[in-house]
Amino acid sequence: MRLRSRSLVVGAVISATMVSVAGVSLAWTPYPPTAIDIVHKLAAPSPTHPFGTDHLGRDVLSMIMAGASSSLSVALIAVVVGAGLGVPLGAFAAARGGWIDDLTMRGCDLAFAFPALLTAVMITALAGPGAGNAMLAIGIFNIPVFARITRSAARQVWGRDFVLAARTAGRGDIGITVVHVLPNIAPVLVVQITIQFALAIVADAGLSYVGLGTQPPFPSWGRMLNDAQTFIWRAPLLAVFPGVAITLAVLGLNLLGDGLQDVLDPRLRRGR
Amino acid sequence: MLGYLLRRLTILLATLLAASLVVFVVLQALPGDPAALILGTGAREDTLAALRHQLGLDAPLWWRYATWIGGLSVGDLGTSFTYHVPVAELVRQRVLVSLPLAAFAIALSTLIAIPVGVAAAARRGGAVDTGVMGVAQIGVALPNFWLGLLLILLFAIRLPWLPASGFPGWDAGAWAGFRALILPAVALALPQAAILARVTRAAVIDTLGEDFVRTARAKGLTRRAALWRHAVPNALIPVVTLIGLQFSFLLAGTVIIENVFTLPGLGRLVFQAIAQRDLIVVQDLVVLLAGSVIIVNFIVDLVAAWIDPRLRRVGA
Amino acid sequence: MLEVKDLGVALTMGGQSVPVLSGVSFVLDRGHSVGLVGESGSGKSMTALAIMGLLPPGARVSGRIVLDGRDLLALPEREMCAVRGRRIGMVFQEPMTALNPLQPIGAQVAEPLRVHFSVTRGQANARAKRLLERVGLGKISPHRYPHQLSGGQRQRVVIAAALACEPDFLVADEPTTALDVTVQAQILALLAELAAETGMGLLLITHDLGVVSQTVADVLVMYAGRVVERGPTAGVFGAMAHPYTHALFAARPSESGGRPVAIAGQVPDPLYRPPGCAFAPRCARVRDVCATMPPLIGVGAHACACFNPRIAA
Repeated sequence: MRLRSRSLVVGAVISATMVSVAGVSLAWTPYPPTAIDIVHKLAAPSPTHPFGTDHLGRDVLSMIMAGASSSLSVALIAVVVGAGLGVPLGAFAAARGGWIDDLTMRGCDLAFAFPALLTAVMITALAGPGAGNAMLAIGIFNIPVFARITRSAARQVWGRDFVLAARTAGRGDIGITVVHVLPNIAPVLVVQITIQFALAIVADAGLSYVGLGTQPPFPSWGRMLNDAQTFIWRAPLLAVFPGVAITLAVLGLNLLGDGLQDVLDPRLRRGR
Repeated sequence: MLGYLLRRLTILLATLLAASLVVFVVLQALPGDPAALILGTGAREDTLAALRHQLGLDAPLWWRYATWIGGLSVGDLGTSFTYHVPVAELVRQRVLVSLPLAAFAIALSTLIAIPVGVAAAARRGGAVDTGVMGVAQIGVALPNFWLGLLLILLFAIRLPWLPASGFPGWDAGAWAGFRALILPAVALALPQAAILARVTRAAVIDTLGEDFVRTARAKGLTRRAALWRHAVPNALIPVVTLIGLQFSFLLAGTVIIENVFTLPGLGRLVFQAIAQRDLIVVQDLVVLLAGSVIIVNFIVDLVAAWIDPRLRRVGA
Repeated sequence: MLEVKDLGVALTMGGQSVPVLSGVSFVLDRGHSVGLVGESGSGKSMTALAIMGLLPPGARVSGRIVLDGRDLLALPEREMCAVRGRRIGMVFQEPMTALNPLQPIGAQVAEPLRVHFSVTRGQANARAKRLLERVGLGKISPHRYPHQLSGGQRQRVVIAAALACEPDFLVADEPTTALDVTVQAQILALLAELAAETGMGLLLITHDLGVVSQTVADVLVMYAGRVVERGPTAGVFGAMAHPYTHALFAARPSESGGRPVAIAGQVPDPLYRPPGCAFAPRCARVRDVCATMPPLIGVGAHACACFNPRIAA
């Protein structure tokens, strides 16, 4: 238990740091993240440029900071889209049961057959690259994830006595869902949100790595990695910083999720 | 068992058909006229119409879907708009890169994760467990394409042992081809192995607490024998299920990884086809990939039923 | 001969060592039978696990468990493995979970043979088939899986596996608790029959006084990790002295239709046991002296640990 709450603390600290960095970058970065300075291109880390500069002389630290804001906002919207549509869908399926439930779950099975990132690549490529379409493409694949987990968690709640009591007291499906089901499954959802948030950050980085996510000149971690690969022989460090940023962000969210799971849902604590 | 198989096969076919319909509809709904893209912006309307006719794009949607599916069912994937060669031929060449890569990565991930997960579970709370799970926690967070870059940096640039990118083709010899796949496969496999090891560990810890493990010990089995003969087989169901799910992640991962290592696989083909609005190729590829995910998960279900007799009942 | 001498077990709970069992002694000979009775939490299952050397990690054992002159508690793990299943067999409470769901029952019955003897698969399987016949499962194929069997049938499989190597002693931990009443009697009869037939010593653990009175020669009544009353079964039941034994007797559902009287209160948490007699808080006959630990002293033909025993006139 002590070990687990440590992962909660570490995860929360890393995640909070990421969010603050993203927030600060909106108001201030050491240099403008898009300011080109060809004379000082591919500079090694120094006091003036702590992380060095890229092939256009842009300050890598500033780009990483700005990248945090684009990465987090894409992931945030994607999760909001996924949870915003998936949770009601799953709750509805659980409340109604029968063929509606079957149909929803078969639909989810079908969606899971499409490799998520691949389809996101397809959608963004065909609908046009950019942060907006990346959010949607990643968000769409969060819908079945949230629908399924909401449904299975909600089904358990629906089987409990106090729901039956509420039913006999004359509450409708929506009333029971809002008053009894959602509060009871909230821990599961919160944990899933952190997991999906982490996955969305990786997906966004992947999309922008192949040039389909956030578009230049606005910096993104994935794009930075792609640029770095071109100059990997001359400036290998350029390939390190953005990757560390992605890994840290994901690690923080995963730790946060693990910690929350243990704190919020004691049933899942066994076996760890 | 036979009834179970038939039922599962029916579901499998229905899912495949539904997947193809989804792909078809989505692709039609997305913007981008292949004819306009092939001919460029200056093309005249009658030339465009002629090309559309030639490509079969002017037929009614249901007819185009029906002919496409009809072709697929007999193995005819159609003809590429841009390459003017049968899609089947394009796919065949690329599959020889992507399939070995995916298989290599899955094998690597499984071979690493299961022993590591079991060892951690058996020494739960010990130094091995803590160390391994700490590494796994970081491994889970590593994006595979960045890991790919790091591997290039380490094993192709610092230590010039392996090629940084490209694929010489299997004609250059099995070893040369294999060498080119080592780094991409490791990049794909390690993050998956980290997840798999965590799940294996949790599953084995669960089954170690089961009564039948105690029964086995009461029969005189050593701790080790009870672990491998009773606890591990019972922990395999979630592990095998996860391997099936990871196959889908892996396919998507290959799309990016093939870009990192410039491998001429299905992932690269998807990209080129999308860029050129080669709809028939995109359609075929997505259905092929979705189909392989569905089939792999079907196989996983069969393996699970083979492991666990309780899953063999019809309707289970 | 299996001799348990002053057995104590302490578990680590929340960082501190908590005694859950202390001062348990008894002797079990071949051809003999001993019953351990008590509510859950009385330490009877701990006793069984201590004998098998299967206590949970972190448990500390004191005292001695001597099998034919060797102290099992001092045996290295490898030698203890040669004792389990070979010299001492064990039957568990939950037949639904005691069998591996992935293996056919025949293989599970044959497993101890393959562990302890160098037999071929064929020999082991043939013997497993005979064992299954002996426990009344002659009509069930050894290729069946546990989930295809009823609870009673599964318990018969567990018994067959425990007897596979013809152990000298059998530890049966609540072997009938999870079963239907009609099946309970059959399984008990089977155990008694097998014990008589093979001459093995039987240690029967149960919370059911009825079960004990029919099956075993000697009985130990346990409460909160200690033996509170012990002696020949007939003697103990004929002249029970400890208020807890009386309460346990009153709490059992009687065949004559008398209304069972539940024992008020609960077995105290091992972390918060009273210093003296652990039953004192629930006891109607409690006196000041009960704040000190009562020793086991002779009451007629048997022994009882109580300062104020209720002896029938």
